[in-house]
Amino acid sequence: MAKKMYDTPMLDQLESGPWPSFVTGLKRLAKDNDMMVDLLGQLEASYKTKKGYWKGGTVGVFGYGGGVIPRFTELKDENEKPLYPDAAEFHTLRIQPPAGMHYDTKTLRWMCDVWEKHGSGLIAFHGQSGDIMFQGIKTENVQAAFDELNENGFDLGGAGPALRTSMSCVGAARCEMSCYDEARALRTVINNNLDDMHRPALPYKFKFKFSGCGNDCVNAIQRSDMATLGTWRDNMQVNEELIQAWVAKNGKGELVNQVINMCPTKALSLKKIGSESKADGVVAAKIDAEDCLEIDNHNCVRCMHCLNVIPGGLLPGKDKGVTILVGGKGVLKIGATMGTVVVPFMKLESDEDFEKLGELARNILDFFAENALEHERTGEMIDRIGLVNFLEGIGLEIDPNMISQPRSNPYVRMDGWDEEAEKWEERKSA
Amino acid sequence: MAELRPPIESGAPDPMPYMHPVMKKNYGKWVFHSHPKPGVLYHRAESGDAIWTVKAGTQRQMDTYTIRELSDIADKYGDGYVRFTARSNIEYMVADEAKVEPLIKALNDAGYPVGGTANSVSMIAHTQGWLHCDIPGTDASGVVKALMDELYDDFVKCEMPNRVKLSTSCCEINCGGQADIAIIIQHTKPPKINHDLVANVCERPSVVARCPVAAIRPALVNGKPSLEVDEKKCICCGACFPPCPPMQINDPEHSKIAIWVGGKNSNARSKPTFHKLVAAGLPNNAPRWPEVGEVVKKILATYKEDGKPWERMIDWIDRIGWPAFFEKTGLPFTKYHIDNWRGGRANLNASAHIRF
Repeated sequence: MAKKMYDTPMLDQLESGPWPSFVTGLKRLAKDNDMMVDLLGQLEASYKTKKGYWKGGTVGVFGYGGGVIPRFTELKDENEKPLYPDAAEFHTLRIQPPAGMHYDTKTLRWMCDVWEKHGSGLIAFHGQSGDIMFQGIKTENVQAAFDELNENGFDLGGAGPALRTSMSCVGAARCEMSCYDEARALRTVINNNLDDMHRPALPYKFKFKFSGCGNDCVNAIQRSDMATLGTWRDNMQVNEELIQAWVAKNGKGELVNQVINMCPTKALSLKKIGSESKADGVVAAKIDAEDCLEIDNHNCVRCMHCLNVIPGGLLPGKDKGVTILVGGKGVLKIGATMGTVVVPFMKLESDEDFEKLGELARNILDFFAENALEHERTGEMIDRIGLVNFLEGIGLEIDPNMISQPRSNPYVRMDGWDEEAEKWEERKSA
Repeated sequence: MAELRPPIESGAPDPMPYMHPVMKKNYGKWVFHSHPKPGVLYHRAESGDAIWTVKAGTQRQMDTYTIRELSDIADKYGDGYVRFTARSNIEYMVADEAKVEPLIKALNDAGYPVGGTANSVSMIAHTQGWLHCDIPGTDASGVVKALMDELYDDFVKCEMPNRVKLSTSCCEINCGGQADIAIIIQHTKPPKINHDLVANVCERPSVVARCPVAAIRPALVNGKPSLEVDEKKCICCGACFPPCPPMQINDPEHSKIAIWVGGKNSNARSKPTFHKLVAAGLPNNAPRWPEVGEVVKKILATYKEDGKPWERMIDWIDRIGWPAFFEKTGLPFTKYHIDNWRGGRANLNASAHIRF
């Protein structure tokens, strides 16, 4: 039995209603856990005053410089005594999940045991960077909790100016849109750069994220400094039978409304059988006795819309690989930025391909470490120095796929034009 | 004291030991999926193997009782394997279709909503708030609980034009991320500075450097080195507060809530987009934030009524235009909607394209 609970009239109001209540969970823990009794006390105070009462500090484990989020209460009496002493230290351990966030129940139960033994019993699956967040532990217990997790295959994640914990979508494990082995790519990139995660010494945070296709289920373009997205460069695969089944169910009109008209590059059209284009890259799928769905693959931008609408009827091609974008980030400081293309396509199948991805990631991390200003994200650095300087720095060739349109004002010095044009011709003929 | 143990730098674990055997066996070899009903997905592999997924909402901040209960359900009604989505939904994978209905019943009986697939309003991506953040303007889990109670039906049914992703963020840094509808704290007054503490707590040059509009400068206040804010320049973003806690930005009354719409991470149809401001000035009204819920529900109802199949929030607005968005939702259009940040003119209408 724990000490007596505080009255929490504000939080109590979050126990009603159909959605699962975290307050009910906190109260369950508080029945035999003084830390949670006091945590509820402090949280209720925040609800009343509309203020947060945590400050950071320095807490860690032996050998690492980051991965624990220290939290000390600021709610103290006039003698500097905490008002909620049992939650005066309420740190979080960020732990990296298995890529794709798969668990068997044995592992989940074991994590519960570990966290009841050393911590508060409150775990979040997962934080916005993808960590399992073991929340609520006193400084003196941090090392023992980490040791037990670490000796059983789990490692701390990133925090501060460091390489951060990564995320990959469910991908190859359960999705027909997957264009590469996302888990392998994540582990290749992250696990070869752990020094930058565990010993924060970068200008600011650096995130990698891995999505299997353009649907980008882990928000890689917007949320990561280097985004790896699956794509393909041959014709998309077509299963006529499944397309016909879709049309039989939804009608030809809906094929026009929901599929053809919504293609962003007008790469799809409805054609009479016999009038299909014979041009290279054009494929026609028969939808009934009269008409076919014509796909202009060279003009398809792999947006995924038609594949999403007709699952299995349209699938990624067989010559798969990835597109890499750099510079996505949140608001601080110049406003949110999307990643932009730096590698339009690279294969990602063989051991050598994965090695190349690892080298590129390391190269970009190194360039960031050496060239970004303090507290500057990769996207901001590129804004400051220009994409061309960034590409030269990491040794990538320019490509028209990197822009949405060429510059539209003449204020640029161009006396190197002839050489640059020659380079382009050389690359084209190579 | 025992000798300290050096860490095993193992990094991100291999998912294979934790993965459902059918998924492991057919890794990279899936060819088809369908959506038999809300909360249920069916996937088929090249080999003919199939797997059913049942998706349920959780509170994300879970006590061990909840995690053990979810594990019990996986052992008794599922195959003992689960995964979590980027929005903290739990997914149960089963190789036998006959297990689907009993699994749904067990989850529902235990109070977990089954849904969140396809054209539903999914669980809200969110942050830590008052529970654990050091700079929060509001709570996270509480806002989400209150909103998901209101949006419960939209989670368990799939009646929206396309999927709807929501996020909440307890400061303008927006850790919750871009979303179809994002609910974000918006401070409206400059920081209140405790000049007695600044010199000891803050590294002044880096605080000066952190300001996006160069409104902070070093100053001597009451004989002490401190910082001062040019309040005419200040945009009340709160970026100075994390590196300098004596520059308190959170205010019970003046930290308001804003609502942004039309963020899209997917490349489907249009390129990915950032969300855009549509409403602000809503009170930070714990514990249930009813004013926020009203606006979110109004936007969702309008989108549901007016959007065409497969149109995400931003696709719908792009089709009907922003004037129609404000008219149909009844939200006021103000001077604050007109972007004046650097590059903001790109967001103005430089054409004669006007709908009448």
